[in-house]
Amino acid sequence: MQDDPVIRVVTKVLTPAIMLFALYVQFHGDYGPGGGFQAGVIFASAFILNAIVFGMNRGRHVWPAKFNLQCIALGVILYGGTGIASLFMGGNFLDYNVLSNDPIAGQHLGILLIEFGVGLTVASVMVGLFFAFANRTQHLRLLDLPSSSDDGTSSKDKPKANAKPKAKAKTNTKTNGAKAKQVSTAK
Amino acid sequence: MEFWINAALAIILTVIGIMAVSQHRLFAVIILSGAYSLVAATWFVVLDAVDVAFTEAAVGAGVSTVLALGTLSMVPGKEKKRPVEALPLSLAIATGMLLLLAVADMPQFGSPDTPVQQHVGPHYITQSEKEIGVPNIVTSVLSSYRGFDTFGETAVIFTAAIAVFLILTGWTRKKIITKPKSKTKSPELDV
Amino acid sequence: MSSFILTQWNFIIVVGLMMIGFYTVVARGNLLKKMIGLAIFQTSVFIFYISAGKISGGTAPILTGNPDTVYSNPLPHVLILTAIVVGVATTAVGYALIIRIYESFGTIEEDELTEAMNADALTEHEDHISETNR
Repeated sequence: MQDDPVIRVVTKVLTPAIMLFALYVQFHGDYGPGGGFQAGVIFASAFILNAIVFGMNRGRHVWPAKFNLQCIALGVILYGGTGIASLFMGGNFLDYNVLSNDPIAGQHLGILLIEFGVGLTVASVMVGLFFAFANRTQHLRLLDLPSSSDDGTSSKDKPKANAKPKAKAKTNTKTNGAKAKQVSTAK
Repeated sequence: MEFWINAALAIILTVIGIMAVSQHRLFAVIILSGAYSLVAATWFVVLDAVDVAFTEAAVGAGVSTVLALGTLSMVPGKEKKRPVEALPLSLAIATGMLLLLAVADMPQFGSPDTPVQQHVGPHYITQSEKEIGVPNIVTSVLSSYRGFDTFGETAVIFTAAIAVFLILTGWTRKKIITKPKSKTKSPELDV
Repeated sequence: MSSFILTQWNFIIVVGLMMIGFYTVVARGNLLKKMIGLAIFQTSVFIFYISAGKISGGTAPILTGNPDTVYSNPLPHVLILTAIVVGVATTAVGYALIIRIYESFGTIEEDELTEAMNADALTEHEDHISETNR
């Protein structure tokens, strides 16, 4: 797909537009339809599109695995942190009235912060899920099982493929984990 | 006029649903489920739920289809043909009849004096301007009046992501023996 | 009977859609198709809730500044927003489990899977018996 000029150029032109639209939806959730969830999904779709068109290596380079995990946790911490901050300022948990001098301004600030936390978590989760699913195909090739990306026939054509995974049913997870690590370190 | 729009959308949804059940190629089934989510999002707009339509279009027709296609790339693409059995079909029809009995007790669709519109809904609509000051009432209810539920929902998304990473990438705390120079004890990531 | 159809036709159609999804989950053997049927069921439940909150002649619950406008009830919208996102999260976990099941057993058809799991349980039971008899 990288060789097709139309797809390549359109993806490069559209990616900043998609990210800008996601930020618009995020911060205008107060005034129109929108909010954290929708914005997170739209933001993730820009990165997923890039990974599909330009390959998984470049996609992973833009959104590394450790950064992914940190962002997922950071969103939830931001949400809980807003609640705990309002505890420190004298109100109840997640009571936004005490976050600022004016209650209405406090509500605006609180809603802005938690929606940003939700958007961050949802975007990171969607990108992380996509990469977790897409990185599994190389693992599948090691096990030599038929899949729909080969020819689309059912698994009844290769009955012998059942023997190897079943014999190692008890140590299956350890073998798979070790194989995945070998594949990733061999890259 | 609204009745005909609702009826047309309902007929389209039913046809897509029946086609999704009866197809044997899984790729077609997944694309049909994406189309189902999109038409449902259009119906949400007709029913005045614009936030929900936005989320359903983005999540149901977007992310859900991508994940299903990602799964499909790793499993066989055709379903084994089975004959239509009598017991599940009669079970579905019997459950449908029971649900229709329950639906008969529901108030009229669209009337403003149902019990749903009575207790907390009018309070949110009338007091949201004064107490929160945000024009989008759904955002004010979601973030401020029911902010604790949204916190739980974010935790659920977080947990689902961790669960998928544990299942699919073998993410553990084992140190890697092939990398002797690594001094970190952080978990090895395949994500 | 006709008044029932005229006043609650929205809910009747939703019950029909629910039963389509329910039949897919119960009657079809392929695990991936069961997940799709579950998604169809979930979406029809969402339509049910949103239809219950709709007021005829109302508009979307975004304040317009005109004090006379009738707004549809925002409470079902909030519940369904949460439900949609939780639904996609559990669906993602389900798909991950399907991939692992396929890698462990080589099939995602329910009857072949039951045979494979029974054969596995039988060999484990025989191993256990041979170990205790030693």
